Amino acid sequence: MSESKPESGPVINPRVTWEGCSVLLDINDGDRLVFARLSAGSTLKIGNKSCSLQPLIGCTFGSLFQVEIGKEKPYLSRFVPPTDDSNVQDEGGSQLQEESRDNRAIIDNNQAQTLTGEDIDAMRRQGATGNEIVEALIANSATFDKKTQFSQEKYRLKKQKKYAPRVLLRRPFCRSICEAYFKKYPARIGFLRVDALSLLLSMANATANSDVLVVDMVGGLATGAVAERLGGSGSVCSTYLGGTPYPTEIIRMFNFSDEICKTIMLFKICTFFHFSSEFCGVPSMTCAQFKMKPVSESANMKMTIQWREKTSLSVGTEDVYLSSKNGDTDLVPENKLSSSSKTCKAPKAGEKAPKQAIQSWKENGFSSLIIAAPEQDAWGLVKDLLPLLTYSAPFAIYHQYLQPLATCMHNLQLEKMAIGLQISEPWLREYQVLPSRTHPCMQMSGTGGYILSGTRMYTDTSQS
Amino acid sequence: MLLIDPSKKICFNRCIRDGDLAIVYEKHDTMKAVKVCENSVFQNRFGLFKHSDWIGKSFGSKVFSNKGGFIYLLAPTPELWTLVLSHRTQILYIADISFVIMYMEIVPGCLVLESGTGSGSLTTSLARAVAPTGHVYTFDFHEQRAALAREDFERTGVNTLVTVGVTDIQGEGFPDEFSGSADSVFLDLPQPWLAIPSAGKMLKHDGILCSFSPCIEQVQRSCETLRLNFTDIRTFEILLRTYEVSEWKMDCSKVEDGGSVSPPGKRRRQSSSEGSVRDNPSCPAVMARPSADARGHTGYLTFARLKCIS
Repeated sequence: MSESKPESGPVINPRVTWEGCSVLLDINDGDRLVFARLSAGSTLKIGNKSCSLQPLIGCTFGSLFQVEIGKEKPYLSRFVPPTDDSNVQDEGGSQLQEESRDNRAIIDNNQAQTLTGEDIDAMRRQGATGNEIVEALIANSATFDKKTQFSQEKYRLKKQKKYAPRVLLRRPFCRSICEAYFKKYPARIGFLRVDALSLLLSMANATANSDVLVVDMVGGLATGAVAERLGGSGSVCSTYLGGTPYPTEIIRMFNFSDEICKTIMLFKICTFFHFSSEFCGVPSMTCAQFKMKPVSESANMKMTIQWREKTSLSVGTEDVYLSSKNGDTDLVPENKLSSSSKTCKAPKAGEKAPKQAIQSWKENGFSSLIIAAPEQDAWGLVKDLLPLLTYSAPFAIYHQYLQPLATCMHNLQLEKMAIGLQISEPWLREYQVLPSRTHPCMQMSGTGGYILSGTRMYTDTSQS
Repeated sequence: MLLIDPSKKICFNRCIRDGDLAIVYEKHDTMKAVKVCENSVFQNRFGLFKHSDWIGKSFGSKVFSNKGGFIYLLAPTPELWTLVLSHRTQILYIADISFVIMYMEIVPGCLVLESGTGSGSLTTSLARAVAPTGHVYTFDFHEQRAALAREDFERTGVNTLVTVGVTDIQGEGFPDEFSGSADSVFLDLPQPWLAIPSAGKMLKHDGILCSFSPCIEQVQRSCETLRLNFTDIRTFEILLRTYEVSEWKMDCSKVEDGGSVSPPGKRRRQSSSEGSVRDNPSCPAVMARPSADARGHTGYLTFARLKCIS
């Protein structure tokens, strides 16, 4: 055991906000998630009012704020929750009494509350705090005492969320970014759920000092996740087919330091082949020749079109989807915010790969491969990228659909390119844990996609 | 195993050396960890393998026995290690491990506390996540198991990142020297609620705690205790379903709607050059189905963040 107090390394995960950092605002305990960039001018809209985000600058991540609707404007004030000893004791005490109340006599006719909207506005004008309004509503409810204890808690919570909403300041990390997108815009990240993403990172052994080759068609989420795990050492080569790189707006939300941003590099696949052909015996291909080789051309075309249709369908139905807390979630699109202040530009990731890096990749190979291209043919990508990996390097491929991965796995076996192949489907369920009310949550995600993982074998090109 | 020293990177030019740890791959669910020794041999049902044949070859190579059988030699990774390590206790597998590391927001440079160490399965992956500048302090109350774990960490090369202590965390809590300095704490104990107050003192503000418990009663008691000083308490279950893939040879003659698929192997696939018989694009040759064996439960994972009081 060490004698002196241990120190963690250089501050890679700062715990206090600063001007210009990107944050994740959690409103009312997960009901609504908003990404924002903190500056003097940025605001947050709650209900139909806007609050300035300035009070959040310089605060610790994890701080809680409450919206106070003052006489002039609503503002966010730091809220320190009381230590809950008294609450817990009450809960324990009343659990001993049997709950004798039930809802047989409660009629839902909208007449239980005697305070009107005007009364509440009047209270606000006189400077009542959100909590005082909630207490007043409870006092003026005819049915409150008839409710069961659980029902009373639910009622109080509902009123508090409306009249005294709370905002939690969260650090955007891979986990929270992925969860937020999966909730609101899952199509943008190819329905990559947080547990599937975590499996990709583990199975591909993303770690410090490794050189990871990434095909990221999920908005930059996979690239950002890998860069986070690398922590500034090694490199992330984000590669793409065709002329333009894929959109990577999500990377900007990670708050990466310059050190980490430097590890994220862009490199085009077909350029690669000109280099690697000298080493791995892979025939060089021009851009035009680099096409997916499907079972039949028309079949591939059909599949691509169907996938696109499916995506637009799922975006439509997604709007109707209710989160488990029956709330609305929204993500403020990044371009809306960046205009707010010129001084708050995030450091740029994804510069073109320098010659030095390319040389290193050529000589050593990549230490792992991650493909998150949920609308492409997996085999088409893998057969050309796998030879760029060093021997015994692990890889992990994510896809929304099972069939392309099954075909890919089969072909890898036939061509003897990899071993340890496995197709996995992650299953994730959340639980509600409360006294006498513990059960799995009512809603859960139906799918997080599929992952094909394996290890590249050594292929001796001198023998056949 | 871990790339703390960039010169030891696994790459095209790096070959197996005397003293390296290699993972012997016989088939998908049969693997073994072997330390390469100039004069040693490895024996299995495929025959006798001389280690000296292995030295100088690349990781990922196929090597042959005296009888002509073969195996593959893989470079160790935390995932492979979890599958080959000797179980002194029940271990965590990849699904739980990867979710824990993601959800505890562990990145290079973090300081992580863990109890109990058990067989070191999760510990090895934690070490990977905090490398090269962070550290994992892991505790187990069983002296012999702690010693075996230390040996394993040396064998896999993560000993510079992991310190094993022999302490009864449930009874005594974490050592005071770590107060306020841990980014994350992981508990895998029979009665985690006894260790939660101490964990709370060790964590930085907004630091994350994770508790793994097989039984729901343990989860309920843990959550009750967590509510005092923690927020954002969430409990999950995660499992992996694996799929098998096989090729079906089927008759692909054009059939009316609702065409039938003949059983595999019965008829040969007709060539697509014949005009009258075309590949029916809706009958793929490669099929996937879930594996018959599945894991039903490992444990519940409960995560929580330390409240910010200042």
